[in-house]
Amino acid sequence: MNLRLFTFISFTFLLTTSGFAQIDSSLLKRQAQDTSKLTMNMDAVYNRPFLSFGKLPIAFGGYVEANYQHLTTDGITEGSSFQMRRFTLFAASTVMKRVKFLTEIEFEDGAKEINIEFAAIDFELNPLVNFRGGIIMNPIGSFNQNHDGPKWEFVDRPVSATQMLPATWSNVGFGVYGKKFTGDWVLAYEGYLTNGFDNQIIENTKNKTFLPASKLNQERFEESFNGVPLMTGKAAIRHKKVGELGISYMGGVYNKFEEDGLTLDKRRHVDVFALDFNSVLPKLNTHLNGEFSWVWVDVPGSYTQQFGRKQKGGFLDIVQPVLRRPILDFEKSVINVAARLEYVDWNVGRFNENNQNIADDYWGISGAISWRPSAQSVIRFNYLYNWQQDILGNPPAKTGGFQFGISSYF
Amino acid sequence: MDKKLIVLYVIIGMSSLLIGCEKTSPSLPKDDEILDGPLEGLTYAENAQFLKGDVAFNDDVFTTATGLGPMFVATSCGSCHAGDGKGHPFTTLTRFGQINETGNQYLHQGGPQLQNRAVPGFQPEQIPAGATFSSFTPPANTGLGFLDAVTDADIMAMADPQDANGDGISGIPNWIKVPAYATLRPNSINNNGKYIARFGKKAAAYDLMQQTANAYNQDMGITSFYESKDTYSGQVVDPEISNQTVLDVVFYLKTLKAPIQRNQNDPDIISGKQLFINIGCETCHKQELKTGTSPIAALANQIFHPYTDLLLHDMGPGLDDGYTEGSAKTAEWRTPPLWGLGLSKNSQGGQCFLLHDGRARSIEQAILLHGGEAQNSNDRFNQLTESEKQKLIKFLESL
Repeated sequence: MNLRLFTFISFTFLLTTSGFAQIDSSLLKRQAQDTSKLTMNMDAVYNRPFLSFGKLPIAFGGYVEANYQHLTTDGITEGSSFQMRRFTLFAASTVMKRVKFLTEIEFEDGAKEINIEFAAIDFELNPLVNFRGGIIMNPIGSFNQNHDGPKWEFVDRPVSATQMLPATWSNVGFGVYGKKFTGDWVLAYEGYLTNGFDNQIIENTKNKTFLPASKLNQERFEESFNGVPLMTGKAAIRHKKVGELGISYMGGVYNKFEEDGLTLDKRRHVDVFALDFNSVLPKLNTHLNGEFSWVWVDVPGSYTQQFGRKQKGGFLDIVQPVLRRPILDFEKSVINVAARLEYVDWNVGRFNENNQNIADDYWGISGAISWRPSAQSVIRFNYLYNWQQDILGNPPAKTGGFQFGISSYF
Repeated sequence: MDKKLIVLYVIIGMSSLLIGCEKTSPSLPKDDEILDGPLEGLTYAENAQFLKGDVAFNDDVFTTATGLGPMFVATSCGSCHAGDGKGHPFTTLTRFGQINETGNQYLHQGGPQLQNRAVPGFQPEQIPAGATFSSFTPPANTGLGFLDAVTDADIMAMADPQDANGDGISGIPNWIKVPAYATLRPNSINNNGKYIARFGKKAAAYDLMQQTANAYNQDMGITSFYESKDTYSGQVVDPEISNQTVLDVVFYLKTLKAPIQRNQNDPDIISGKQLFINIGCETCHKQELKTGTSPIAALANQIFHPYTDLLLHDMGPGLDDGYTEGSAKTAEWRTPPLWGLGLSKNSQGGQCFLLHDGRARSIEQAILLHGGEAQNSNDRFNQLTESEKQKLIKFLESL
């Protein structure tokens, strides 16, 4: 299925692009982005560079991420690895006035994983009420909405966003969103009902509560695992000079409590609450971007405490531009230095056996130097170091090493 | 800035950073600071099998989809033996239902092991009314291949069932009927169809194959060709793990290195070792054993230092839980190897949980809880000066 999808998409993309290959490339127009409005994380899906082809009513875009890494855990290294982490294609179209469509298809690790991360139609009923349906990205936290590789100074995605929260987390569903502008302020909301999680969040080979395990269930795009919609809602506020603050919730029943009319278990909930923010410090022009989340899972009392009932974690990226000047004829070059702090407690609680703290903590710190020849492309060099403690609190496994990567929209 | 200069700076900068990889990466712990790792001298092929077993032991996590439970204690081997070390109260096992050598009277009610956890939708097992029980902290795995390769004759040579030498110590082997899948060691001693077992707190497992197959079955609810009864239904069901995986894990356990003593030349540790011998601890915790033949060349005919005699000893009423296995009496426990004792905290969350059920929270407390055949040594320990006690404990922590 994935191979066929890959072939179809590749063929379509090549056909549409090669079909115009003999035409003067100046006919490929980069669509101008409206920079007059205050954009938010919720706009990220459309706030991307697109290319249009003559009068073709579809605009295309995408991004690519590749890297080299050399990591070591407790003195043991896998050596050098070159990775093609992502190749993502976007296609967008204005179907008619106030009706638009966008899709994002991602090929991860070569073609090991092919996912439709987003494929939705938006109907603008009113500036405050837009109806969206299809495969949507549940707006929990900010990273899930705003995850494109070229926007970040780090090769790795934040652990708290991709392993505690399940970014990129997409599901089929419907919902509404809207924004209200008031002077320097903009208020926004989103609310969706979608298919959701399954038992794998507490029955997986990671040996811990792991929300991303549900991404293995490809059938979630076909039918709900338990017939109960997952609810996701987000409210965000942004001030032109201060930044954006988002509060989001995602929750629902994750287990199969009933089948063929027979009761299998009680309804068990998973609830996620997230706070996200981003800001640029005045004068210093330091960019801050962070997210912190809490996960609660109703794990059966007779199951193992290996799978946590509560998790918490987050990350903070600090990016400081240090040089803005033409470099090697790239007129808008910027050199940044950046740091990332990460923390996840995979299992918040105490052992039933002796009431002592359950550890299972992760700490990470990364440094980066990046060169952006333009805002859409980045060449980045990272050094990372992290500590992962097991559930018992034994001496942590320490991982460190270098990564060098490129990422660019095209 | 000159373009060529910029490119040069970038190349020099990145090269320096990459060259610095080794210096800035987390370093390998010293061999004597960790318990895991293969013994020296394995062939390339043996290394490859060790790695397969390592993955199966430490990385394979069972789920309902792969056969976990439905009743179980842990989801993986590594859950109970972090870093191949001793376990924690979280993974302590409970066994019930046998009070003497006539066998377990509660096998039809789920004995001998309690599966105290269950997958969603199922209820865990309960100890049947009237059944006696005991808790077992998971042991360290290191050096097991050496213990496995000790000959029956050498074990019998250390036994003194009638205390013929009058030292108050009367070690005896645990004689058991071996399972059909076990391969008897060369020159095994047959005692009316029973053989000397040596693994487990009561020395009731004959070899690492029995120990491993039982652990998959009783700890994780995973059936195999070797132990094919489902612990929930009591029925023989399809294997949930391949024979090769079990064999790889057995090989891994056999070829884990022996713990390495630290600071052997420290005068306090030398004195502590002498005190350990003088007060009689070494009578049971034998410092030196030797292996016999082994198909793994690195294990054959080796002298090693486990501090055990692999025999059962009466440890007195204080450690008598009223439960037993094989031919052992309820107060009898196999002498636990003391090697690796000083690294126990690294697998027990920074704390000590010693003796068979983790009741001793320090080495000194563990010594003081020794009774029965070890009471004399306990008394002699109490007669030591505080300084001498500290030297003896320092020696034990160096193991």
